[in-house]
Amino acid sequence: MSLLQVKNLRVEFPTRRGTLVALDDVSFDIAPGEVLGVVGESGAGKSMTGAAIIGLLEPPGRIASGQILLEGQRIDNLPYEKMRRIRGRQIGAIFQDPLTTLNPLYTIGRQLVETITTHLPVGPGEAREKAIGWLELVGIPAARERIDSYPHEFSGGMRQRVVIALALCAEPKLIVADEPTTALDVSIQAQVIAMLKTLAREKGTAMMLVTHDMGVIAETADRVAVMYAGRISEIGPVRQLVRHARHPYSQGLMGSIPPLDRRVERLAQIDGAMPRLSAIPRGCAFNPRCPKVFDRCLVDRPELMDAGTTRAACWLYAEGAPA
Amino acid sequence: MSVAGSAPMLEVQNVARHFDVSKPILQRLIARERRRTLRAVDGISFDIPTGTTLSLVGESGCGKSTVARLVVGLYRPSFGRVLFDGQDLAEARADSAQRSRMQMIFQDPYASLNPRWRVVDIVAEPIRAFKLLKDKKAILARVGELLTQVGLSPLDGQKYPHEFSGGQRQRISIARALSSNPEFLVCDEPTSALDVSVQAQILNLMKELQTRLGLTYLFISHNLAVVRQVSDRIGVMYLGKLVELSPAESLFERPRHPYTRALMEAIPDLEMTGRQRIPVGGEVPSPITPPPGCTFHPRCPLANERCRVEVPVMKPANDAMVACHAVEEGRD
Repeated sequence: MSLLQVKNLRVEFPTRRGTLVALDDVSFDIAPGEVLGVVGESGAGKSMTGAAIIGLLEPPGRIASGQILLEGQRIDNLPYEKMRRIRGRQIGAIFQDPLTTLNPLYTIGRQLVETITTHLPVGPGEAREKAIGWLELVGIPAARERIDSYPHEFSGGMRQRVVIALALCAEPKLIVADEPTTALDVSIQAQVIAMLKTLAREKGTAMMLVTHDMGVIAETADRVAVMYAGRISEIGPVRQLVRHARHPYSQGLMGSIPPLDRRVERLAQIDGAMPRLSAIPRGCAFNPRCPKVFDRCLVDRPELMDAGTTRAACWLYAEGAPA
Repeated sequence: MSVAGSAPMLEVQNVARHFDVSKPILQRLIARERRRTLRAVDGISFDIPTGTTLSLVGESGCGKSTVARLVVGLYRPSFGRVLFDGQDLAEARADSAQRSRMQMIFQDPYASLNPRWRVVDIVAEPIRAFKLLKDKKAILARVGELLTQVGLSPLDGQKYPHEFSGGQRQRISIARALSSNPEFLVCDEPTSALDVSVQAQILNLMKELQTRLGLTYLFISHNLAVVRQVSDRIGVMYLGKLVELSPAESLFERPRHPYTRALMEAIPDLEMTGRQRIPVGGEVPSPITPPPGCTFHPRCPLANERCRVEVPVMKPANDAMVACHAVEEGRD
């Protein structure tokens, strides 16, 4: 059974000028030990999906319809206190900026011990030993000496390791990682990704990895969901999606990544920009930028459908599409 | 991108920029501390031939943005000289005709455009500042032309920056930079705040403009894949120093300095060949207290006794320049 199921999730933002639909009909699931990568451009709704799952949508955003289930139990309609207990114990969160995640006034040891004793049935002494163990596991040298240091005494890469230790130390079943390596330099990024991957495998933790970096996805994820204008436009196994994307948007996205192994005179580009939430076109939201647009795309909105190797929300893969 | 011109547009000769980061004098005297100097840029030399692109790459804190600021005169060098078209930069900056020949494009298009100005005024600002055109109608026509050149509509001039997406804002920054008819553009991470599909649009635009207008670029980036697409030559920086300076293609085909190799090794692999990446160990040390000898030695797999003591200097290695004892001795 899936560990996490998201069913027809819809998130709305009521504003003075009417309701904006930030997420529309988003469905996916994650199995234990699986890494689902979520990619897309800024404003596509990837971080919003993560925030909805951990129950931290910024007001006035709210879940308008749909369900989120963790091990078959609904978690989208829980009262704040109950959700707070699940967050941390069962769902760990890693955010982009390691500086804002850690409390600058507490030593990292105190923050780790507090998290462990809140969620696991252990005393402070044992929790401290566990905390040291986690710091060692995430690759902090001399963890025993450094556990009583404050966040500012660590470098950016080390701080992000502490954040990861903090997310993992209550041994959650699911980790929602929102751009965990974006604030880091490439050489550090590689270390952190390798570590996250090993930890997820060893502990059987499921992970939702939100990032705009396809390279990170290609190396880490088992499956990928591509988001566009608040919807999933394509979902499938990472290998198929990176090499043989089916949706024209995914194809454009992959094509526009500058290759490292050769020089191209002109990069493939997707003209235009993603529509604003207040002006999502009728039919397929991608139709104004799509090189393969045809009449049906302007009228009907496509659902995810079988596109061979992946599932894509594109009329090209429906019956009666132009060849 | 284009054929190398004869004379260099820019020559940087052994330039250094140090910042004094000491505590206030009284505190220092009480605590008996010495002055502390941050060597952001510590003696680097390169030149950029007219009509070509030189890129500087490196991790955050390596000094690449400081070089960008030194080269347009936003900082004065602590040591060394910068020559712009054969003239000392300080002199060139004093002459508005010379100054209008260089412009800069910044990283964050959300911070570099005044939100209270209409786009037409943003783009016209350099024209007015350098008094290139007097007539209002002529200025408006020129702005329309510039906006068209970067792929926007002349009608967009009446809008405010917040009405545009990140990529469109960066196009406005480029239009503004081009409005004084510059020949030399310094681009400090021009695409790193943009989404990848938009990044491709901006990189294509910058290449087109270079071919059409014969521009010379100093391109600062941390992204090696981006740099490969735009550069004629590439300089790799580490802790305020150039460690390798090489024609773009040979840098990628045969990276020589261990740090360059480590950087390439660290990039996530989209081709999914399943190769095991070997991450570089450790992190960039503090530039206030850099390690002795070669500053890369604590992270370098090839380091030996000499590397811990003696600072390597740039030496030719085929068509490149490399500052590494191991490469020089053939231990690599």
